[in-house]
Amino acid sequence: MQVHLHNPKRDVEVTGPLRVTDLVRQLGLNRESVLVIRGDSLVTGDVTLADDDAVEIRPVISGG
Amino acid sequence: MKCKPCGEQAVIEVRRHRAAFCRDCFLHHCREQARRAISSHQMIRHSERVLVAISGGKDSLALWDILVELGYQADGVYLGLGIGDYSDTSRTYAEKYSADRGLTLHVVDIPTEHGFAIPDAARATKRVPCSACGLSKRHLLNKAALDGGYAVLATGHNLDDEAAVLFGNVMQWNVGYLARQRPMLPETEGFARRVKPLIRLGERETAAYCLLAGIDYIIEECPMAAGNRHLRYKETLNEIEERSPGAKTAFYMQFLEHMLPVLDSVAESEHDLVGECSRCGAPSTSDVCAFCKLVERSANTPA
Repeated sequence: MQVHLHNPKRDVEVTGPLRVTDLVRQLGLNRESVLVIRGDSLVTGDVTLADDDAVEIRPVISGG
Repeated sequence: MKCKPCGEQAVIEVRRHRAAFCRDCFLHHCREQARRAISSHQMIRHSERVLVAISGGKDSLALWDILVELGYQADGVYLGLGIGDYSDTSRTYAEKYSADRGLTLHVVDIPTEHGFAIPDAARATKRVPCSACGLSKRHLLNKAALDGGYAVLATGHNLDDEAAVLFGNVMQWNVGYLARQRPMLPETEGFARRVKPLIRLGERETAAYCLLAGIDYIIEECPMAAGNRHLRYKETLNEIEERSPGAKTAFYMQFLEHMLPVLDSVAESEHDLVGECSRCGAPSTSDVCAFCKLVERSANTPA
């Protein structure tokens, strides 16, 4: 699946199927610090992402 | 995962509440958390006009939306900080939100009105940009509230912001700052009442609120803030939170309940020291306030 990341913006390829929590862990991210969006929809940690899904990992931490 | 209130398919889990929510129940949850914060800390009366500090980011736009949904008379104020493309883009999000909903947004552009940008001020003071930025925001947002006749200035500080600030203040045992770290600072001579209605929501929730409510916001981080101490404290707290959901809430809420009452006398004695700036008339502990000094130093420092 194609995974879009921010700060800096980049795309990475990850092999599916994969649970959301496992994807976040595999990317070395903290699940409290991101939202996972499949297509246009927010998804919970137990959802299994398919190999052909387009996924965005959106950071939620701001430093102001 | 099912929505805890209604049993439909959930779209977000909030581990510290041991709950997951569908879209509609989540939006209700966020508004309810803000309503509880406003009520328990006596932040805003329904008859009062509120000025919301808008940055174009998720927290401030979520706050504005929630206050309007709760029935408050809430206008926005955007401060142009002069941070290149970042400021231009964030202003676009603020203006689009207000235009789409027919809300009033005041704009104060610091470079135009005060002759310096935040990066200039950082160079002039030889301190981190966030220091000059925070000082300018505190001064100019309060001024905007007083000039506009607003009873209350509301900011989008969330649970993560407050826990990180608390962590930093405890690391330094900065008792004066701890005494002033309150969800509601009452109005005093020269100050509008300042309130933080999002203290019961984490920033993962405010981001999800915007996404689910159809609010576009600037996702990119401020280039001046990258790697700052506040962000490092947040990362540290989130490492604890991941293993112990609810740790941040306990840290901050127990501070409010158990420590702030102990610090009341410190807050009162600090307030006794406040006089008036001889240049702009703002509250100040010295003859010339920190913002007027910042304007002067920035003007005298070559770019």
